[in-house]
Amino acid sequence: MNTSSQTASYPGSWQKPPFIENPLLRWGLIVGAAVYLTAALGTMEIDIDRVMEGLPRGKRFLDAFFPPNFADNRGVMWEGILESIWMAIISTVVGIALSVPIGLGAAKNLAPTWVYLACRSVIAGSRTFPEIILAIFAVKLFGFGPFAGFIALSLGTIGFFAKLLAEDIENISPVQAEAIRATGASWFQWINYAIQPQVMPRMIGLSVYRLDINFRESAVIGIVGGGGIGATLNTAFSRYEFDTAAAILIIIIAIVMTLEFCSGFLRKRVQ
Amino acid sequence: MLQLNGLKKQYDTGEWALKGIDLEIPNGQVIALIGPSGAGKSTLIRCVNRLVKPTSGTIHLKGTELTSLSSGALRKARRKMGMIFQEYALVERLTVMENVLSGRLGYVGFWRSYLRKFPEKDVKEAFRLLDRVGLQNMADKRADELSGGQRQRVGICRALIQDPDLLLVDEPTASLDPKTSRQIMRLINELCEERGLTAIINIHDVFLAQMFSQRIVGLELGSVVYDGAPEGLTPEVLTKIYGEEDWTATIETVEDDDENFTP
Repeated sequence: MNTSSQTASYPGSWQKPPFIENPLLRWGLIVGAAVYLTAALGTMEIDIDRVMEGLPRGKRFLDAFFPPNFADNRGVMWEGILESIWMAIISTVVGIALSVPIGLGAAKNLAPTWVYLACRSVIAGSRTFPEIILAIFAVKLFGFGPFAGFIALSLGTIGFFAKLLAEDIENISPVQAEAIRATGASWFQWINYAIQPQVMPRMIGLSVYRLDINFRESAVIGIVGGGGIGATLNTAFSRYEFDTAAAILIIIIAIVMTLEFCSGFLRKRVQ
Repeated sequence: MLQLNGLKKQYDTGEWALKGIDLEIPNGQVIALIGPSGAGKSTLIRCVNRLVKPTSGTIHLKGTELTSLSSGALRKARRKMGMIFQEYALVERLTVMENVLSGRLGYVGFWRSYLRKFPEKDVKEAFRLLDRVGLQNMADKRADELSGGQRQRVGICRALIQDPDLLLVDEPTASLDPKTSRQIMRLINELCEERGLTAIINIHDVFLAQMFSQRIVGLELGSVVYDGAPEGLTPEVLTKIYGEEDWTATIETVEDDDENFTP
């Protein structure tokens, strides 16, 4: 403990060490990124005239949406929405049921390497294809209709849910897991007592989130023939019934917002 | 009786945590294992219940050789070894009761444990133990609602409900204040005495070790450097275990001065 007045010999300024130590590399990356962005922006042709021309067209288009027509003249709107809700629920439940074993296998701290690699490959495969591509495949295989949509959404759910479950399991507190193992519990008991309580709150939140994603996706995959509200929406557009399309969009927004609210509420409850 | 012979452990990093430990603990003896961080204390007790697999050597508990057990036999053997952890290691989102009953997992089938339908005898024993450690009426609380001292008491109940022959205790007081530390150490000691349990207690605190155990084993860099009575911990011995320091204030006459303790 030396409190004598030797402060003069210490430097008075200090700087945080840079993230990339080599100055040549550091400045090279910064300048390179700047040049690329400028060049990329320059390549894209932004034609102000075309934008201006498009604006009134956009206004006419929007005007056609109002007032939204909830009358449902052909009686297909509510049918489509119910079908979408049904598709979203079933595909979420089935998708999660398939995701749990795959997610357990894809957690490095639970599974032996070969199981881990196999399960990670399934997840990667599912994540490679967006739902719309999966839906195109499913429609080709099983024909038009909600069954194809259900298959596509279930497969999409695996890539999402199993991956996040595996990552959550990899982040659990290892001592809690160790303590249960030390009691002589079997593997399944260990999962039930040490792993499940730690990952459950997040999984419940994610399930509702995925339900919301599946419902939104059901609107998109309907366009390629996967049934549900998307098919109805597509028909409305092609028949120039923009007021009906607006009504459908408003209902989709309302349902998604409701789900969003529910998932927030649920997550708070289960924490 | 617990008997370790030539116990060695090398980690994947190549470093030797244990360099040939020979130790014999008669039934009903409570020993304190002291030593600096990284001396191998935790590794040693984790080798006994095989949370860590030893590299070589043997461990006998009441005639059973533990290091070569198959996974099924290991689970049976683990039932007879209760463990108490440094950070309590309770499953925080489970209730106190579930945490205590998890000590019976080795004895009940999967569906019983899944449905939380434990045998009447186990539930009775759980309530009795909670009462014994002063946590009556806490059964339905979630573990993360409790204070540190209370959590460690739940941890003790979880270990005891296993009906163990051996208690492995890893730094039970490291996260507790001095008064709670003493209460917890006294409780562990009383319970060992009541049940005639053999126990290994890892502990940093030399003073607590002296206060609460009949025998002290000093570990340094994976080897036993002291094995004897608490009174034998002279400044020379402590220097051998921990390295050069001023030890005069650490070693005090062993008296139970719980309430007057000033850290």
